[in-house]
Amino acid sequence: MTSIDAVSTAIQDQEITFPASLRKRKIQQRIAFGLIWLGGLAAVAMLVWIVGYVMSQGLPVIDLEFLTTRPAGGVSGEGGMSTTIVTTLYLVALTVAIATPLGVGSAIYLVEYAGESQLESPLVRRIVRIARSGVEILAGVPSIIFGLFGFALFVSALKLKFSLLSAGLSGACMILPVIIRTTEEALLAVPRSYREASLGLGATKWQTIVNVIIPAALPGIVTGIVLSVGRIVAETAIFWVTLGGSYRLPRNLLSAGRSMALHVYSLASETRAFDKAMGTAAILIITIVVLNLTINILSRRLTARSQGR
Amino acid sequence: MEQNGVMLRVEDYNLHYGDFQALSDVCVDIPKHHITAVIGPSGCGKSTFLRSFNRMNDLIPNVSVDGKIYMDGENLFDVDVVELRKQIGMVFQRPNPFPKTIYDNVAYGPRMHGLRDKHVLDEIVETSLRKAALWDEVKDDLKKSGLALSGGQQQRLCIARALAVEPDVILMDEPASALDPISTLRIEELIRELKENYTIVIVTHNMQQAARVSDFTAFFNMNEERAGYLVEFGETSQIFTRPQEKITEDYITGRFG
Repeated sequence: MTSIDAVSTAIQDQEITFPASLRKRKIQQRIAFGLIWLGGLAAVAMLVWIVGYVMSQGLPVIDLEFLTTRPAGGVSGEGGMSTTIVTTLYLVALTVAIATPLGVGSAIYLVEYAGESQLESPLVRRIVRIARSGVEILAGVPSIIFGLFGFALFVSALKLKFSLLSAGLSGACMILPVIIRTTEEALLAVPRSYREASLGLGATKWQTIVNVIIPAALPGIVTGIVLSVGRIVAETAIFWVTLGGSYRLPRNLLSAGRSMALHVYSLASETRAFDKAMGTAAILIITIVVLNLTINILSRRLTARSQGR
Repeated sequence: MEQNGVMLRVEDYNLHYGDFQALSDVCVDIPKHHITAVIGPSGCGKSTFLRSFNRMNDLIPNVSVDGKIYMDGENLFDVDVVELRKQIGMVFQRPNPFPKTIYDNVAYGPRMHGLRDKHVLDEIVETSLRKAALWDEVKDDLKKSGLALSGGQQQRLCIARALAVEPDVILMDEPASALDPISTLRIEELIRELKENYTIVIVTHNMQQAARVSDFTAFFNMNEERAGYLVEFGETSQIFTRPQEKITEDYITGRFG
């Protein structure tokens, strides 16, 4: 009798007992799920706490007058916040309008075209490599650095002064890496089979990008834009040195202004009106939620229409 | 075979991925308005061979080819690739409809070639879906997503999409390998109907499928000495009953591969 035969008879003769009991494995699972659940709960609780605190402090201050009158200025913090809401919306629209075409365009180039650069000269390949690492590095640069850069270039050198335009351009520099990175991810996630199908039908590469790849990547691209909008609405440092602080309503691209986040900052640090800072903060949070919802709904509508769902 | 019965003529065709040779000295004539099956063990280069006809291999970096492939007396490598792919359509291994409506999937090709007229597009969509034996199942749901269809329906949608640009040749890369047996039979039936008007080249792993659907069979192989090469080409009935080469018989009877 060979040894293998011996083993197999031994197995036949006695049933194998698997050491871990079902009960024990189920307890393991329950503990793991419990910990995961606690982690999720802690995150949500923290969020609810912060938002709840700001809301409970801020909402009592808010009334129609607060929303519709402009800040009066001075250390008392008198007045409302009307102009800062409008300025924030202008700023968001301007920044997104500048950064989206640039960012989406760069991402398309990096994903769809730069891969072919082995056909091109070593110089092009080098530039592409530098651009790639440049995006990585920019994504990690603190916002005040973008502010100083914007102040030096747009405000001073280009003589745009403290203005919506200076702030929009500086803000665009800040969110550019975010948009490029998220768009790149979204483009890379589009299955190769879509590209092959489109090219296989005799569509050009550009037609394929416009008609198949971008629509398929749209939800991901929109995520990048939503993240960017959040950063613009929330940002203070960069706009402190590029937007100025005027609480008047901006009349054109070259007017200075004050975003909600800046207003919260100056109310809290320079005036006695801490309650109004809280009120502005509450509106700030509501604005972010409303903007995100709007963008998401728009993109879902757009996708649904093109995909026939 | 007469000269005018040839759709695609392959002459001394070699293909390299970088330093790796995938196809060596392939010579074959693909007959017009017939179904040619390409069979062979994994890695013998049959998919690469198929993708040579619409130059899909161009998409892969570092591919180099030499030799010629003629269609209507013109070398494919001298023709504009976009124009070429209009004439030579492709159906892929996994159904790959676009995340668009059924209508937009079929109308995609014609639109890309500049057709905008709604009535003409409607007509093309209907004809193509009928040819692909899908019309009756989807005619009331043209606005539904192509991705909502079953796997077999998706593959027929992809066939309809390929037909909509009115190609002369349809390449099929194991078009039924991701489908269940019933969907497979429907696809095979459809392929046989299509040969009336189209020249079809189909890569398949399935011997029975090759025997069932094709008129001609090309058997590819590879070994240590030689990269993917054509062992023999002939009428399917002959290849399956009286192969000229011992190795073809071994493969067909399942002794390797």
